[in-house]
Amino acid sequence: MSFSTEALWILLLGSLLGLELIGKVPPTLHTPLMSGANAISGITMLAALTLIIKAGDNIPLLLMGSVSLSFALFNVIGGFLVTDRMLAMFSRKAPKAKGKR
Amino acid sequence: MTATEIFKYAIDLIAVLLLGLGIKGLSKVRSAREANRLAAVAMGLAVIGVLVDSIGSNGISTSAWIWIILGTIIGGFLGMITAQRVPMTAMPETVALFNGCGGMSSLLVAIGVALFQVGDGQVDLSSAWVEKISIVISVFVGAITFSGSIVAMAKLQGWLSTPSWMQSKFRHFINILLAILSLIAAINLIQGSNNGLTLLTASSMLLGIGVTLPIGGADMPVVISLLNSYSGVAAAAAGFVVQSQLLIVAGAMVGAAGLILTQVMCNGMNRSLISVLFGGALGSNSTSKNNAGEYTNITSCSVEECALTLEAAERVVIVPGYGLAVAQAQHTLREVTRALETSGVEVNYAIHPVAGRMPGHMNVLLAEADVPYEQLKEMDIINPDFPATDVVLVLGANDVVNPQAKSDPNSPLYGMPVLDVQEARTVFVVKRGMSAGYSGIKNDLFELPNTSMVFGDAKKVLGDLLVELKELGVGSKG
Repeated sequence: MSFSTEALWILLLGSLLGLELIGKVPPTLHTPLMSGANAISGITMLAALTLIIKAGDNIPLLLMGSVSLSFALFNVIGGFLVTDRMLAMFSRKAPKAKGKR
Repeated sequence: MTATEIFKYAIDLIAVLLLGLGIKGLSKVRSAREANRLAAVAMGLAVIGVLVDSIGSNGISTSAWIWIILGTIIGGFLGMITAQRVPMTAMPETVALFNGCGGMSSLLVAIGVALFQVGDGQVDLSSAWVEKISIVISVFVGAITFSGSIVAMAKLQGWLSTPSWMQSKFRHFINILLAILSLIAAINLIQGSNNGLTLLTASSMLLGIGVTLPIGGADMPVVISLLNSYSGVAAAAAGFVVQSQLLIVAGAMVGAAGLILTQVMCNGMNRSLISVLFGGALGSNSTSKNNAGEYTNITSCSVEECALTLEAAERVVIVPGYGLAVAQAQHTLREVTRALETSGVEVNYAIHPVAGRMPGHMNVLLAEADVPYEQLKEMDIINPDFPATDVVLVLGANDVVNPQAKSDPNSPLYGMPVLDVQEARTVFVVKRGMSAGYSGIKNDLFELPNTSMVFGDAKKVLGDLLVELKELGVGSKG
């Protein structure tokens, strides 16, 4: 099987998985979930990496790959950190609240 | 299979597993934080996989390393700074900005591959077709994600407002024109013309702007969520371009999950996705004009009166809304409620599913201000409690407390889930003026005999309220 036919199956199964993963989301988590999923969509950094590695000594392409990589990493690192910052606010309260009761 | 290939496959499989668990875990309060870290680890593993695989097959040249490290440092550093510096109130625009950058990244990869035809030369005819189509999708979706997200961010920041001609039906004409232009460019590109690439990039960018610009501020979260789903699609398309299965799976998962999340958000706001995207702001159509009547029977009161009533109350419910988030008054609010609590008043917060600037945003803001998690009551939980509540303090919320949504079948709001604050003994509405809410619809609540308006900016009113309460001796123990 060539890559592309295989890849179409992967696309299909991945999409079905994505549809099933999130069933009921409590409203509290809408914002963090959106931000976390957004960080994951920065996975396109793998494509940027591949582009740089395969660019050889083509400077414009190297530059493009590098800019693309920094855009993606901005998305990934910023996204995960900001999600963690939000979620930290929830979890910090949880043990305290339990202690009170 | 060589050892490095096996290693790469193993790492990819683990990464996909962790990403799936991560997305799943993020939808549960208990596991969310760990899930987020899990997803981050998965991304790290994926990067290691690509690097190991490349070193094992052809090696990575020194110049490639330099460019990789350069890109990593710049993007990573800026991401870290941004994530640490942004205030919690600015979360919607931050997510939009990150998302736009993800789209830009996919766009650049596709352009790079299209311009220079990189590849290992092993592509057969059928996959050459797939490759070209995936370049088209990657450019199209990537560009729309980028420009749309940036417009969304600019609008949320208040840097940009909708020009009046964009609100007319004329915009549909322009957008359809741009879509046709994109299609022509796409066909050109598949036939191998570089002009097609330029044209496609330009027209998709403009299309992203054209679709996002007319959408009102309160609908923006839905749009961001949708664009987030798009950036997953763009990543999956980029996966086809560079032939990475991991990228395809992850992109598809985020794309599909983003779509579900968008739908969940729409349900919470009682809006259909179609009306968000094509209907424009609710307030601009004629049906709501009939409802936007003048207020006749308004009782306004001073902060002092409000303080006196609060002091005498036993059960108080706070309804925080958009206005509170915009005024960044969550910390002042916390001081007020803390004073009330020390005097034995029971304080709860009624959180409408779409309170704040984005669904779930209010929970984040109140958590930031140290409000105990168990005091945040979801709408269905708190609604039966309103008849037994002495005072409701509505802070910068409007449509989510409009009784019309339940009483008037002709109202555009009819059917939207609302908080039944009018059932409480006294309602104070803190609001800057008598302007209508986002929907542009008159709020019957404001004219009810048990409602008093306190005019002013939420932060200032709460500050004054705190002073008044302190003068009454509220908050001082014993």
